[in-house]
Order: sequence, then C-alpha cells, then structure tokens
Amino acid sequence: MHELSIALSIVDGVLEEAERHGAAQVETVFVRVGELSGVDKDALLFSYQIASQDTPLRNSRLVIEEVGVVIHCPACNADLPAHSFPALYCANCGTLADRVVEGEQLEITRLELAA
Amino acid sequence: MSEPRIVEVRRNILKENDAVARRLRERFQTYGVQVVSLVSSPGAGKTTILERLLTDISPHHRVAALVGDLATENDAARLARSGSPVKQITTGTVCHLDASMIERALSDWDLSHLDQLFIENVGNLVCPSSFDLGEDLRLVLLSTTEGEDKPLKYPTIFNTADVAVVTKIDLAEFVGFDRDLMLRNIQAVRPNMPVFEVSARTGQGLEALNDLFVRRRIAQSA
Repeated sequence: MHELSIALSIVDGVLEEAERHGAAQVETVFVRVGELSGVDKDALLFSYQIASQDTPLRNSRLVIEEVGVVIHCPACNADLPAHSFPALYCANCGTLADRVVEGEQLEITRLELAA
Repeated sequence: MSEPRIVEVRRNILKENDAVARRLRERFQTYGVQVVSLVSSPGAGKTTILERLLTDISPHHRVAALVGDLATENDAARLARSGSPVKQITTGTVCHLDASMIERALSDWDLSHLDQLFIENVGNLVCPSSFDLGEDLRLVLLSTTEGEDKPLKYPTIFNTADVAVVTKIDLAEFVGFDRDLMLRNIQAVRPNMPVFEVSARTGQGLEALNDLFVRRRIAQSA
C-alpha cells in the first residue's frame, strides 16, 4: 500500500506550503488524483489520517478530486475521455489512442487556511 | 472569527521524490551510466532474467545491480554469482523503491567505474508505478504463466514503463498462453509499447533486449 508514502508526501508538502503562506492552521487540503496515477482514494483517505496524526495537520480534512483519463485520438485528432479505461480506445471511433493527455496527475491543488 | 482563506498551490505530491530522481539522473548522465529498472509481480522472473543479463553483459561492459526486497539478501546473493557488484536494498515494510533509497544505496559507489546499472524493484505491479528512480528505461516484466489480462488489471505500471518483457516464453505452449491476446492487451493500455519475448532458460530474446540497451546508449550519446 504505497498510499501511505503518498500521504506522508502530502503532509510534508502541505506543511511547507502552509509555512510559506504564514498559516498557523490548515483546515482543508485539496488534491487531484488521476485515474491513471495508481492511487486508490479510500486507501489514501485512510493513510492521510495516519500520516497526519502527530503533525499540525491532525485536524485537517483531505478532499480528493478524482480525474478521469483523457486520451488523444489520432483519427479524430481530438482529446476525448477514455470511457474504455483501462483500455485506451477513442470513445467516438474506437481507434487506439496515441497518447494520454490527462489522468496521471497527483497534485496538491488548494489549501483552506484558518484566518 | 474570520472566514478561512483559500490559497492555490498546484504542487506535485511527489515533488521531493522527483527532485531526488532528477539529481540521480544528472549524476548518471555525468558518469555515462545507463540505468535500467525492472518491475513485475513476484515470481515473474526478474532475478532470473537479471542473472542472465549480468552474465551476458559483464564481459563487455562494467555492469552492476541494485535489488529491492522487503526482506532477505537472497536475490543479491544469486545475482552476485555473476561476478558483478550487487547491493541489496531491504525496504522493511515498504512495498516499492523510491529515489532516496537508490541515492543512499549508491552513496559509497564510484559511478565512474560503471557503464550500466540495473535496478530490480520489489515484486509488485501497483506501488512502484508512482516513483521515478532516475532510470533511463523502465522494463515491466510479465510471464506467460500469469494470464493475458495482467496489463488490463495493472494499467498504471504499464503506462509508466517504457518496454514490456514477456518472460518464460519457453513455457507458452505448455500453459496455453494466448500470445495475440497478451499483445493486444498491452497495446490497449499502452499504445505502441515495444514488447520483447524472452526466456532466461533457453536464452531466447535476450540478445534482442541487449541490443535495445546498446541502441539506446548510442542514441543518448549522439
């Protein structure tokens, strides 16, 4: 379960950002997790509880925004959602994608800081 | 009490790991070391293939290996028989290697004495996906005995790897391996992924895999 490693990285990153913004307390942490990132939402929520418990983030809330996979279809020459995920076929015409456009992200997007 | 304020951050969660991986990659480039990592499920044959590769490459290039496992030094002992420098990384309970483990393992190695380094990850098709190790080439191995739908079940690892290696190809006919289905599944989750079919027992396909390393090396130094 690598989600614990990911959660520890979130805690480190958030503490650094909170300090940069001069915040004493973080209330909510927003992250974006792509469908292709290989991270499980429930496992990450559970891991965040453990990773944050002995830190200033222990009372903070983690909000996970899941992002679906978007592929580029060479036949349509367009970016389209991959409804067939894990297979990366174009939802329009069935052609195999030539690249993944979105869905790999693993990022902290926003923080809600106590005023 | 005043309202909480929202700040936009946009920060990669694995920023620290990526920074260490970048530092490693620069170091490998400085010393001209080609780094190839291997990931697969437990039992797909990473260590056996690596034993063969080390034995085949060591007369021509200075080659070494780092090998990750939760526990035991067994794999390092097996690989050391090739005569190449080998170091075991035992991760304890951690299910994957990360870049800082590689950096620590290499801290007392002189990279100027190396041409090629293999990194064998912990046997696991899920957790290693997210962690860049500073490698040039990531191989994902899957064996003919595992079932043709492995790529569909573990799309992320296939997506982060550069090359797929089908192992135990000498067993294909005995286990009813459906080659076309496996190749189709690999392409479906990772379009245009190069695939090598090998057997450590018969040696089939290993020369082609080695040629890939040589071609990459030439392309990189050009």
